[in-house]
Amino acid sequence: MKLLRGSISWIYALLVFGFILMPVASLVVFSFQATNLPLPPFTGPSLRWYEELFADSGMVEALRNSLVVGVVSAFFSTALGFLSAYGLARYRPAGARAIRAAIMTPLGVSYLVIGFGLAITANELALGRSLVLVTLGHIIINLPLAFAILLSQMRDEDETLEKAARDLGANEWVVITRIAIPVVVPGLLAAFLLSFTLSWDEFLIAFFLADFDVTLPIEIWSQLRTGLDAKTNAAGTLVFAISVVALTLAYVLNRAVQQRSRRA
Amino acid sequence: MTGAGIDVKNLVKQYPGQRALDGVSLTIDPGSYTVILGPSGSGKTTLLAILGGFVEPTSGKVTVDGQDVTSVAPSRRPTTTVFQDYALFPHMTVGQNVGFGLEMQRVGKKDRMSQVSEALEMVGLAHTKDRHIADLSGGQRQRIALARALIVKPRVLLLDEPLGALDVKLRRHMQDELTRIHDTVGTTFVHVTHDQEEAMSLADTIVIVRDGRVDDIGSPEQVYLNPISAFSAQFMGDSNLIEGTITDDGNAADTAWGRVGVSTPGNPHDSVTVSIRPEHIEMGATGPGNLGEWIVAESHFLGQRYRVIARRDNQEILVSLPQSSSVQQGQSVLLGVAPEMARIVKGDLS
Repeated sequence: MKLLRGSISWIYALLVFGFILMPVASLVVFSFQATNLPLPPFTGPSLRWYEELFADSGMVEALRNSLVVGVVSAFFSTALGFLSAYGLARYRPAGARAIRAAIMTPLGVSYLVIGFGLAITANELALGRSLVLVTLGHIIINLPLAFAILLSQMRDEDETLEKAARDLGANEWVVITRIAIPVVVPGLLAAFLLSFTLSWDEFLIAFFLADFDVTLPIEIWSQLRTGLDAKTNAAGTLVFAISVVALTLAYVLNRAVQQRSRRA
Repeated sequence: MTGAGIDVKNLVKQYPGQRALDGVSLTIDPGSYTVILGPSGSGKTTLLAILGGFVEPTSGKVTVDGQDVTSVAPSRRPTTTVFQDYALFPHMTVGQNVGFGLEMQRVGKKDRMSQVSEALEMVGLAHTKDRHIADLSGGQRQRIALARALIVKPRVLLLDEPLGALDVKLRRHMQDELTRIHDTVGTTFVHVTHDQEEAMSLADTIVIVRDGRVDDIGSPEQVYLNPISAFSAQFMGDSNLIEGTITDDGNAADTAWGRVGVSTPGNPHDSVTVSIRPEHIEMGATGPGNLGEWIVAESHFLGQRYRVIARRDNQEILVSLPQSSSVQQGQSVLLGVAPEMARIVKGDLS
């Protein structure tokens, strides 16, 4: 009886994970397909589609665009998130609670609304759609996350460190660059990597705001529309791999961050 | 570098719903080791923070060597602070921590290095220069914090409960270290603590703070032997407090325990509170200061002295007797106060 119950739960678990992971697995497996169609039977392994991927100027450009948009938007999300968290924690302005809520608001707004809203606004201001606008959109969605991560890292003990630095003659610039930033480096990196990952495979906002220069998810989407091709599998695998790497790093750093909070 | 004198006038610090300082005036002598002593919530830490420039007083004035520094930023004051949790920079080495103040003053690297070595030498930790803060013990951190604060040659060093986190043995050792370092550098030390033993062993001058006011001030001998108030008598070690009336000649007080000679004459017929230290009560005394017969309720051998609690009716008296006088529980003893060892104090029994 016990054995039966055990095996049923095992089978159930396998089915669930199979359901979740099967699309990813087939995406990855058939990116190594030797023949044209990413359909069974598996004919590989072959790197043929990766060669074609990197020979496709549209794909390569989209990949580069995605990297640039990801890095730039993650940088600004993290920088702005740090400054707002630092300002809120250290200077305790009147209405801190309201300010915090305002910064967190975009988390509760759908990407559709943010993308659409930005597109309309850009139109009103006669700004063309562009990757700059996409970057802006990604900063808007990632800033609240970076802010939340970094706000959790603002400890009162660190405020004493800053006091000590001021006491020894440091000005505010030195306090921020030499004390406040170094003590939250793991938090900054975690915020950066998480922001990058979310920007990296974000579709909707990029779709609304990009013009001729597009990001990788859009390029993959438009190539998928023209026909089934194992090249898109290769591109998808690449997106997946980079996300996994970034998320793993973010996870590891986040653990360091948690430990730091616990120690407090 | 010699230490600076500090003058504090009428300091008031009002926090929402709480008055941390309620008119503190105080003079701290140049080069002294002054300990600000008080229970938690007395305002002593606020006072230190105002001296350091971290908190601006609601009203009042702070001058250092005659210069008004009331609203001068910490970085521009001739003071540095050793913080309670040391506040060492965790991402820097010991050497970088100690050299930070000199770096801020743009002292060249070579000069800085030699001064850092000197400062580490002074606190006996020259070998830790390249270590990380996390690898240091509590006592070592304490000394690194001291070296970091002293390297910029402040005129006044402020210490916020610097020994609070250390165990008893280490604390004693650090007290000796602090005294030695104070004698070496000549800077004025202002040290905040709630530990009266620590205060006694370190201070030239003790300032007792209570409810945001200065309660008593003086040398350890003065505040211990001649406490000004019932509060400081009790806060500085054990004390017996009893109400009494001053006699016609003003030199004694009549109390429920008997007539005791007072150290300074009072106004005849005044109702007063009298403080008697347990060690000033002797066994078998007669004549003036006779407290009569008491029954020993508890007797504890503490090594140097016996701590004895004696009772009569529903009264209780605390007595500290020498080693030679072994007393048993239940024994009846005749107690007396050494002449003029009772002190009239302000305030009521509490």
